[in-house]
Amino acid sequence: MLVIPGDKKRLVEAITWVGQDRLLSVGLNGEIMEFDLQRLCPKYALNAFGGPLWCMSCNYEETYLAIGCEDGSVKLFEIGPEKLQFERNLDHQKGRILSLAWHKLGTMIVTGSLDNIRVFNVKSGHCTIRISVDQGDVIFHNRVCVIWSISFLSDYTIVSADSSGKIQFWDCKTGTLLRTHPVTKCDVLSLAVNEAEDSIVVGTAEGTIAQFQRVAVKSEVVGTEWVRTKTFKHHTHDVRAVVHTTSALVSGGVDSQLVIRPLMDLVETKSYESALRKVLFPHRNLVCCSRTENLLLFQFPEQLELWRLGSSQAVGVPGDVLPISKKPEKLLELKSQSCHHIRSCALSPCGTWIAFSTIHRLRLYRIHYKNDSIKVNVFRKFAKTLPSAHQLLFSADSTKLFIAFDHSRIQVVPLPMLAFKSRLCLAPKSDNPTTICLLAVSEDGNWLAAASCNYEINIYNLTELKHHCTVPVYNHLPTAIAINPHTNNLITVHADQQIFEFSINEKKYTDWSRKLQQQGLHSLWLERDTPVIHITFNPRVATQIIIHDTYMFCIIDQSLPLPNERLHLYNQGTLKLMPVHARKKQEHAFKICKKYKPLLHVELLLDGSLVVVERPIMDINAQLPAMIRQKKFAT
Amino acid sequence: MSGPNRVENEKLYSASLDGTIKLWDFTDEILIKTFLVNAKLLAFYTPVVDGNTVFAIIPRDKGLFQLVSINLPKSTAHEVDAKDFSVILDDVCQSPKSISFGRETEYVASVKALELQVFFFKKKKHLRFPLSFKQSKGANNTFTCVACHPKEDCIATGHKDGKIRLWWKFNHKKEYTYSSQHWHCEAVNDLIFSTEGTNLLSGGIEGVLVQWRFGYESKKEFLPRLGEAIEHIATSPDGVLHSTSHSDNKIMIIQSNLELSAIIQGLVKGQEIMTGLMIDPRSKALVLNGKPGHLQFFSLQTDKQLYNLDIVQQENINQSGLNLTKVVKAAFDCQGTWLVTVEERMDDETALELQMKFWTYDKKNQSFVLNTTICTPHENHISALCFQNLNGSRSPPTLVTASLDCCFKVWILGDDSDIYRESVSWMCDFVGTYHSLQATNCNFSEDGSLLAVSFEQIITLWDANTWDLKCTFCQPPGKIRHLAFGRLSCSKYLLATTDNGFLCCWNLLCCSLEWSTQLNVMVLEVDPLSENVAAFSELYRTVDLFIFKPDEPRPLYMQKNVCNVQVKWALFVPRELAEDCGSGSQPWLARSQLYFLSDSQDLMTFSTKSVEERQTLSSKQLVAEENVAMTPFHILLGKHRQHQTKSWQEVEQTALPEGSAAINEMLHTPAHVLPNASFLCLMFINSLLIPKTDERSEEEEEEEIESEKEESESDTEMNVIKDKQEEQNVHLPEELVPKLTKSEEKELKKLHRTNYRWLFSECSEEIDID
Repeated sequence: MLVIPGDKKRLVEAITWVGQDRLLSVGLNGEIMEFDLQRLCPKYALNAFGGPLWCMSCNYEETYLAIGCEDGSVKLFEIGPEKLQFERNLDHQKGRILSLAWHKLGTMIVTGSLDNIRVFNVKSGHCTIRISVDQGDVIFHNRVCVIWSISFLSDYTIVSADSSGKIQFWDCKTGTLLRTHPVTKCDVLSLAVNEAEDSIVVGTAEGTIAQFQRVAVKSEVVGTEWVRTKTFKHHTHDVRAVVHTTSALVSGGVDSQLVIRPLMDLVETKSYESALRKVLFPHRNLVCCSRTENLLLFQFPEQLELWRLGSSQAVGVPGDVLPISKKPEKLLELKSQSCHHIRSCALSPCGTWIAFSTIHRLRLYRIHYKNDSIKVNVFRKFAKTLPSAHQLLFSADSTKLFIAFDHSRIQVVPLPMLAFKSRLCLAPKSDNPTTICLLAVSEDGNWLAAASCNYEINIYNLTELKHHCTVPVYNHLPTAIAINPHTNNLITVHADQQIFEFSINEKKYTDWSRKLQQQGLHSLWLERDTPVIHITFNPRVATQIIIHDTYMFCIIDQSLPLPNERLHLYNQGTLKLMPVHARKKQEHAFKICKKYKPLLHVELLLDGSLVVVERPIMDINAQLPAMIRQKKFAT
Repeated sequence: MSGPNRVENEKLYSASLDGTIKLWDFTDEILIKTFLVNAKLLAFYTPVVDGNTVFAIIPRDKGLFQLVSINLPKSTAHEVDAKDFSVILDDVCQSPKSISFGRETEYVASVKALELQVFFFKKKKHLRFPLSFKQSKGANNTFTCVACHPKEDCIATGHKDGKIRLWWKFNHKKEYTYSSQHWHCEAVNDLIFSTEGTNLLSGGIEGVLVQWRFGYESKKEFLPRLGEAIEHIATSPDGVLHSTSHSDNKIMIIQSNLELSAIIQGLVKGQEIMTGLMIDPRSKALVLNGKPGHLQFFSLQTDKQLYNLDIVQQENINQSGLNLTKVVKAAFDCQGTWLVTVEERMDDETALELQMKFWTYDKKNQSFVLNTTICTPHENHISALCFQNLNGSRSPPTLVTASLDCCFKVWILGDDSDIYRESVSWMCDFVGTYHSLQATNCNFSEDGSLLAVSFEQIITLWDANTWDLKCTFCQPPGKIRHLAFGRLSCSKYLLATTDNGFLCCWNLLCCSLEWSTQLNVMVLEVDPLSENVAAFSELYRTVDLFIFKPDEPRPLYMQKNVCNVQVKWALFVPRELAEDCGSGSQPWLARSQLYFLSDSQDLMTFSTKSVEERQTLSSKQLVAEENVAMTPFHILLGKHRQHQTKSWQEVEQTALPEGSAAINEMLHTPAHVLPNASFLCLMFINSLLIPKTDERSEEEEEEEIESEKEESESDTEMNVIKDKQEEQNVHLPEELVPKLTKSEEKELKKLHRTNYRWLFSECSEEIDID
């Protein structure tokens, strides 16, 4: 998962792909923006001079972009290889343009605004047909009907989704209503048509997604009818966007979930691939931990929070809840002063250094702990000299800061001298360097591993400050990397849940890793939903690796046999009930705990305690606007 | 019968479990043809294919069922073998609702458990669409019924959890799709498309007919409060009428605008009969549990429900698994002025809720009005209650209730007037106990002077004036099951049955056991108009009936194996007119008729008419002449014809003095429905017999009647008719061929009698035959 950090001032209203590799967005600030997908930041912004922009759409050939504006104009831009070029306005009409769609032939554009649907001839720019939409049988007759979403089928049928909760099919040539499908009592917000134009999916304000399908009335007779078929409810709030791919529905909305719903009838076999996916938590690590000082640094979009963990003096047996003698304490709250979101942050193991970066600049702070008060020094001068960073990392002894810049360049900054010398710059050998997404440093300070978005993992020798080797490229993005302090083996976990162990010294995969690949991972392990986002090691036992994803954490004991398909993967509960001598036979390398979820971070502290950061879904829901209440059992 | 089907040119096919398909002309009530299939026909379908092919569900091996198509051969014969069938689907559900034929019979849809199967006849393509076994959140995808759209390619299916799915594109294995609608809270029992396919009708336990507009499913209309669960829905071919059949033995005719048009209600079934059978002394209607919380008044004479009296007066919620308040006991006093009802609600969590209500007959409103409600009249279940029969006595009406809380209570009507109004109400007068044993039965003697209450094994007798304990009987070792006083000349006897299988009779004058016999009596019923007592005994699952008089331990009449299910209740219903003890009747049936209700809620009776008599009655209806419509043309021509036949009769009178109904019948019935020649032969010859005209014949006839009496006494053959409705069924002549000789004799005798009557009236002599 790659993230282009957002901006408080740039609310995105519409987003579209141009070709395979260009991404455009429009927003209420009136700008059209293209993104640099290499550097994960905006490439350029173009003011459309039409007030807030609500919608946009490319024609089928992807040569023109039409944009609907607040002032009621539809602006056409020519899509150039590098930049957009304003072409002309279509006839100016009253009322904001909330939705628009091209006909496949590119000769007509349909727009949806308040109470009206208009069809424009692209060549002449004139409005050829205006259709008034009624409010439906809503009691409030003075309410306007907002056309939230519109689509133009190639048979000149217009499909509109509006605020009175209905889907309407119109004949574009005559402007007559063909069919009304009441969907809900509240707004229908989004609409998508599949490539074959035989299925439509709509998202509503109550969180439901309804599918409409074109069916033949009789098998051998020409004549089709749109019928409402399936209804899904995976969201609690407004479904603001839907996409209809050939075999799945993708929807997202106010409840901050991305839901991928495969259409069962189009999937060949029932398998893990055809299961419903929900993406709720970011697939990245947003927590930094100081293992010696018991400090936690939380990364929020616009701020950082530094907490000191509480502690307990009491002792107990497993299963006990110990009383807290010292409460956790919030030490610091750092706010990003610009409107840009924080891209990455780092906390030094000694707890005195904090660094963070937005897409524009980098900041470094030094914190002095004096009894109960703390003092923060900002290194403004240092920050000015450096561009923004993708990843930040402190060395284990807190004497170096590693900053990953664009094009996989890594700057090593010695602390606290802050000498910025170009000589301390590391770069990979590859020709086409991309953005670094993960960094890991060895405990002894000799090795640095950097994973890039092009699946490459480079290892640098820090004593000699040169490129050491490249790990053989695996065809899935690494989601977490770490270097074992005992053996200097690099552990990598990839998006397809595969685990590798690479010996840095010997520049090859270890025997354990080969054994793991030979035997294969347990199918239940491979079918987990979320990627591993963090790896840590037991400082006392060399063979114990602790990894976690959103719904479990796992201690991998490399000294134990690997689980085969016959063994129960989640066997901790059954092992507990068995006598001690019998456990030995059943034990395997993966000891999984699902007690805490959803997890943001798991770290083993040096005092022997494990810190687990949970983010309850209820807390997220509490911050969301209220749901639309509806009676479940009523006619 | 597994269900009639297809109406075509006023013909009707019916298929039955005995493996026959019959073709009827239902306007003329004539059986046209019988096809012998030789397999149990569990369901029967007649979609339009080529006129000769019909479909049926028949059993396969291992308890499975298959859908087969049966080719009905074209033959002029009366009985045709139709063994030519081919299997269409080899694993189907046996319910008739699980199969539906699609538009123009291009495909057939079948549902079973979690799978929809579609078979396309032309392409011979077979597709299966399984649903997932999902039980969470109350979802249950099990199919219950299926219906195909008559004009479009759409299949509607009903499910256990109340969902209705509409399936589309089912001619593709992968691209099929469905939409689901959910209104019913419990299983969809039946659904059907209207004739043009514009509407979909569905029904379930809720008793609400839901009309879904096809294509606009969110716009649905309801016809609520139809009563008990809807079991079947049908629409007329012209689309004007719908009809629903309900689990409580009711058919409703509904217009297409969802207005109720007619109700055909039989005896309300489905509720457990706890009140027993009673006769309302005013309306002479049979009274028993009806709709939930109601008593039904059912006219035995017209075989129609009169009305339901709401006893519980609570909203009835149609949902399975609810524990509703039930009417458990009811009784009328002898004039029908008072009705007492006991209702109770009992579940595991709460205490027993018990209410006793006294209803008085309001002449102005012609119905029962609530007079007194007594909450918790007893601490425990009321086991029995009875009114004191006081003909002409001045003492107030009295009721006795016996309860398992170890006491019996006497309730009397007292004055409850205050300064605002004059009124009467019931109150408790006396509480009697005996050794803290549970009171299980109570009964008053015929004159109301003596009350018998049984306390488990012991019978106590109480003076009804002073409520003094007079004497106790504790002869039998078992608990008392029934308690009854004899009537009329036998009123000095007290009868009791015990649960260890004894029937005992005490003489109250000498307070001693008169006789006892070992008989496991399940139902004991006393005829109010004679000394007769009916006892239904059960032994090894066979139910035998004994009619006896208390003064004689030997039975008057015995009928072995009355019915093959348990008999729950019985009742002697007094006849309007005492029947003559003549031809074939039983003397004990002269004044009253015995009705009994089986465990399967079939109401049965003993009839004096023999099957043959009913047979001739119904066969007479087959005379075509009766079916000729009264058109102006007929009136004109008919007169002419009557005249003709008269003159013809006059000419032939000497030869055929009777005018011969038999010959008429023979000549006018269509040839293909005529019974066997052997059947007709006797009748024909009988009709040709020249009547004897001298006076000797009178004596002879009397002799004959006497001999007939003897014959009927020796003849213990009884006719048990089932549920009254069977009475109306036309009996097929073929079935009765072996029995015909006796009937023919009777017919002959009858003809003789009528003959005389005709002759005598002709000679204007007044002779009373009876």
